[in-house]
Amino acid sequence: MKNEAIKIFQKKKKAVLENWMKFQLADEGLREDLMSNEDLRSQSEELLDAFIDNLSDENIDDPANSAFEAIVDILSGISISRAKQGFSPRETGIFVFSLKDALLNVLQQEIKDPQELYVQSLKIIKIIDSFGISTFETFIKGREEVILRQTDEISEISTPVIRVWDGILALPIIGTLDSARTQIVMENLLQEIVESGSSIAILDISGVPAVDSLVAQHLIKTVSATRLMGAECIISGIRPEIAQTVVHLGIDLSQVVTKASLASALKTAFGLLQLQVVKKQKQQQITE
Amino acid sequence: MEKIPILRMGNLLLVTIQVDLYDRLAETLESDLVQMIKKTGARGVLIDISAVSIIDSFMGRIIGNIATMSKILDAETVVVGMQPAVAITLVELGLPLNGVLTALNVEKGMELLKKKIAEEEPEEEEDHGDTE
Repeated sequence: MKNEAIKIFQKKKKAVLENWMKFQLADEGLREDLMSNEDLRSQSEELLDAFIDNLSDENIDDPANSAFEAIVDILSGISISRAKQGFSPRETGIFVFSLKDALLNVLQQEIKDPQELYVQSLKIIKIIDSFGISTFETFIKGREEVILRQTDEISEISTPVIRVWDGILALPIIGTLDSARTQIVMENLLQEIVESGSSIAILDISGVPAVDSLVAQHLIKTVSATRLMGAECIISGIRPEIAQTVVHLGIDLSQVVTKASLASALKTAFGLLQLQVVKKQKQQQITE
Repeated sequence: MEKIPILRMGNLLLVTIQVDLYDRLAETLESDLVQMIKKTGARGVLIDISAVSIIDSFMGRIIGNIATMSKILDAETVVVGMQPAVAITLVELGLPLNGVLTALNVEKGMELLKKKIAEEEPEEEEDHGDTE
């Protein structure tokens, strides 16, 4: 014999959907700007169909049953796409939990015996709650994917190697330096040194908010690696606060050429390459 | 047995490592090179490692050793053409090769060696300096 609740849902599928849509549309947080009502309806209908079709006597008491995997898959797809579209967790939560309200509403109308109603309601609540949990898991996973992609983008954007002069490279570092980023910075810089045959690299850290012992160690590593390649590395853009922290932390930067600004680093680089910047007028005077 | 050739160019010795070094080969190179410096009285050694793509701590130490030994025998060592990956590996291994001179390529390495040797022999070079 089939479970009472399953029979009711199969019979009253339409009513459940209408109820569910009503709850969703009644919510203040409805995002018509992100998803049209038709899309929402078809999404809801797909999920409800899968839910009612898969519901059976064996699995109604067991929210972890493998028969629900198909529904969890659909839910995962929905919540990941919602995370990417920019729905808030609350809105996604309401989507799932309003289904519970709709189902319970229909059960209440159909089952008159309070004892039976309670037992059936409890089962439905358990199942929907487990759906809710897996929805949030995938929702957060979706969000994390977005964050991960953005982190990659930022680290790609923020490590350009600029050729400021023939034989001089500059690398302005913006943002915090961690191990992964230092690795990218180091690789980019060394690769560019090989490609351009530059003998001087200027590492500008005016965009680095703070220097701790780890960041300093990363900087020293980069400088050492550049030196091993046969190029000179100058660190520029050291702000007074950073100079203070470096000294307070007892970091030894004596083997590294440091300059206060990119301009003075460039000047030093010119000096190393035996280049000179001369004013045009002055040059004319000399020739005269 | 496989050996790495050591070429003589005037008062310089030129070593180009074309294969990935293994420990035995590196040790042979070390002793050969020191012998060669003694025999020729070379003032500079240029080691080209642009073809070396793999390096370990032992190799790093051998290169450091060669530089120190040459220094004792009054010859400067320049390591040229190190690959980015090799440089990163050495730094990560904690072997920044502080005593070793480095250059981007053979041309720049030669220049650097000549300059270093000229610095060390001011009396002989002074005459050239005046005529320039």
